[in-house]
Amino acid sequence: MRSEHARLRVKTWICAVLVVFSNVFGNFFLKRGMPPELPTPLDYITVLFRPSVALGVALLILWMLSRMALLSWADLSYVLPVTSIGYVFVALAGKLLLNEQITHRRWMGILLIVAGVALVSGGTPQTASKNSASERPKARAAGAAS
Amino acid sequence: MKWLLIGIIVAATTVGEVAQALGMRQHGEIRDFRPGAIGRAITLLARNRFVIASVAAMAVSFFAYLGLLTVSDLSFAVPATAITYVLETALARYVLRERVTWLRWAGAVLVICGVALVSL
Repeated sequence: MRSEHARLRVKTWICAVLVVFSNVFGNFFLKRGMPPELPTPLDYITVLFRPSVALGVALLILWMLSRMALLSWADLSYVLPVTSIGYVFVALAGKLLLNEQITHRRWMGILLIVAGVALVSGGTPQTASKNSASERPKARAAGAAS
Repeated sequence: MKWLLIGIIVAATTVGEVAQALGMRQHGEIRDFRPGAIGRAITLLARNRFVIASVAAMAVSFFAYLGLLTVSDLSFAVPATAITYVLETALARYVLRERVTWLRWAGAVLVICGVALVSL
């Protein structure tokens, strides 16, 4: 039981780190490869073949798969706050790597969003009240371990 | 234009994520990370109707997001799409039947305030 607990904690953390960084760098490469405008619907497709955009898409696919894996044992209301730190990293990527101007007001907004997302979890990764609550004790263990 | 795209992204992402949570909950915990087992899990998930709906919704959201990125900063686009949490909290309560405490609602309100600040 003890090792089961530790196994799940390690697995949850590795997966959460992967979810956060594949998202941050996926968004960064996507933005880096985007042209100033996409006038026709066809441009939405052709833009996917730019190397930077393609890398961004690949990273976002990795993000989606790792997130699905994480959701298979952890609650959505646990996953959301844990991965919300990504908002800060995305803003940092915009500032440091894309030279975007981030005002104090925007930083305040980003921090409010992170705080809000953390609160949305309500502190307890409680599962659905019906049927799934009894068959998913491991999800609560993952939450308690964080 | 910017806010129309954000509206599409938020609606599609919310539907996609709730469907994804339903689909993965139906599938259960993934324990085996060997390539063969991952392949089998993917084949199984590709037939899950919630997962299929989720992928379709995510695709809509993705192309709208591409459009948004051309007209706005990365440090605006990503926080603005956080409005999804507000809708997701409501759907977690009514569709996934999770218990939503006043603390979660307070969090959703904070997210709205944050998005307002980011967009000013």
